Amino acid sequence: MRGILKIAYKLLVNDRGKFTALLMGITFAVFLMIQVTSMFAGMMMKASATVSNTGARVWVMDRAVNNVAGSIPLPDYVLDAVRSMPGVRYAVPFFSGGALARLHDGTYQAVTVIGLDDTSLYGRPSLVQGRIEDIYGENGFIVVADEELAKLGNPKIGTEFEINDHRGVVVGMAKVAASGLFGIPTLYTTLSRAIQYIPSMRYTMSYVLVEPASAAAIPRIKEAVAHLGYDALTEREFIDRITVFYKYRTGMGMNILIMTIISFIVGLSISGQTFYTFTLENLDRFGALKAIGAKRLELVSMILFQAGVTAAAGYGLGIGLCALLIALAKLRMPDYASVITFGNLGLAFGMVLVIAAISSYIAVRKVLKIEPFEIFRT
Amino acid sequence: MSEDAIRAQGLSKWFGDGAARKCAVSDVTLSASFGEMLYIVGPSGSGKTTLLSMISGILRPDQGSVVVEGIDVWKLDDDRIADFRLRTVGFVFQDFHLFPRLSTVENVAIPLILRRRAWDEAIGEARRVLDVVGLAGHADLPPGKLSGGEQQRVAIARAIVSAPDMLIFDEPTASLDGDTGRKIVEFVKREVLTEHRSVLIVTHDSRIFEYADRIVKMEDGRIVDIEKGAHRA
Repeated sequence: MRGILKIAYKLLVNDRGKFTALLMGITFAVFLMIQVTSMFAGMMMKASATVSNTGARVWVMDRAVNNVAGSIPLPDYVLDAVRSMPGVRYAVPFFSGGALARLHDGTYQAVTVIGLDDTSLYGRPSLVQGRIEDIYGENGFIVVADEELAKLGNPKIGTEFEINDHRGVVVGMAKVAASGLFGIPTLYTTLSRAIQYIPSMRYTMSYVLVEPASAAAIPRIKEAVAHLGYDALTEREFIDRITVFYKYRTGMGMNILIMTIISFIVGLSISGQTFYTFTLENLDRFGALKAIGAKRLELVSMILFQAGVTAAAGYGLGIGLCALLIALAKLRMPDYASVITFGNLGLAFGMVLVIAAISSYIAVRKVLKIEPFEIFRT
Repeated sequence: MSEDAIRAQGLSKWFGDGAARKCAVSDVTLSASFGEMLYIVGPSGSGKTTLLSMISGILRPDQGSVVVEGIDVWKLDDDRIADFRLRTVGFVFQDFHLFPRLSTVENVAIPLILRRRAWDEAIGEARRVLDVVGLAGHADLPPGKLSGGEQQRVAIARAIVSAPDMLIFDEPTASLDGDTGRKIVEFVKREVLTEHRSVLIVTHDSRIFEYADRIVKMEDGRIVDIEKGAHRA
């Protein structure tokens, strides 16, 4: 069979014009599919940045919360109730809110303020400059040193600013795994200072972060929290809820879906049509092969192999092109929200397989239908 | 010449349905021997290509049988018939049907590759056969770079490379000028036809009749005459 496949390969690649057209079709389709879905994945990663950066295993929240920025403050008794639940090793309050910072030059900049539990500082980021204990100092804030830092005038340790007429001092610089979706700088401080500096409603706690005693305890904690009338979600579940929100309630998901389908159709039309023409051009030769003694399985294998080679090459080129573009974009725009995930790759691979299968199905039908007797008539 | 290599008995074939149903070959009985060059001639539509297709295992007859070297061809299943064609029959098509994207030697090696011979071995054997047909120097060129006569010889090389016992030529001179056509048939007679092989040629080119051992004349799907050719021993 290897010799037959070698013949199929040579027939394919030696027809350079068509092979190039086939490759371009699939490469372009893969590029578009991965580009679009990786942009979505990048945005979702940023939308869930607070959740993933905090690293809490279980988050307790109001049932109506559907993204991390839209928290609904919880009454204090929820924290007490959660702490008393069986299976909870410890639970801490967590604050997440928005504020306007007045910078040294008099300009204002929207910021996200994260308030960490004063006692444990649970969910604190890794510091690249400064000491974590300085967060307890007067007006101490830790600034996340990400691509948004410039929006705060590239502060250094000791830089001062104002939040709601309160003085703030940068006491540390932190790094986080992901930055936020909306391009807003993030400041960390203690929960008590966050509540003091930022106007809030009757209740002040955004979330309760829970460390379960074991993974097995999580279902029991969820059940107990549900009895209280709140939701307890694991980190993954919370990220999924945020993704679902953006996917289905903002129109973003539908746009991505439409773009992905269009990419698929473009790839299918170019590749399907070219592959069909390629097969039609060689149809009488396939008929001659059939007359000579090639069996149906061998002819089908030749076509599937040709489709497979083109799909694999186009898939690889498409990924390469997309990775190159994202890398170039990130050189110019560090906060460019695009990340290639295994999910994106799997989706594009599945769609390429479908393109190859549909293209080769049409060709296979044509080749299997041709009667060797027809060869004598041409 | 020796005993019957091919025996076709009572072959009939109809095409179409209902009022359009037409008999292409009607109750034809024919045999050919090893070492024989048999021509099937007749006007267009006389059924000669249909008859050749049934004999070579390409077109299933509606009636009758074809026995080649003791094997009743049309009692085999599809895969075995394909195997029969691969191992027993060599085809030279009117338009050659060579793959333009393969080199000449790769075109010739195809039957060996279909017989699962290793690539290098098949290419080596194909080069040897190209030498026999006088095209050793053209082995690595694509067929499109060759003249019509040379392409015909490539097609012959492809047909004989796996040493089949039966060679089928469909209008071998139709695409060639008279002189080249005659040279090709002379070559076949001299180099390709052996005492272990039958050559069946469908043609209506009377200029090459002189090379036939026997000439079967067909009209309206029936054999109307069988003549001994000039080369009949």
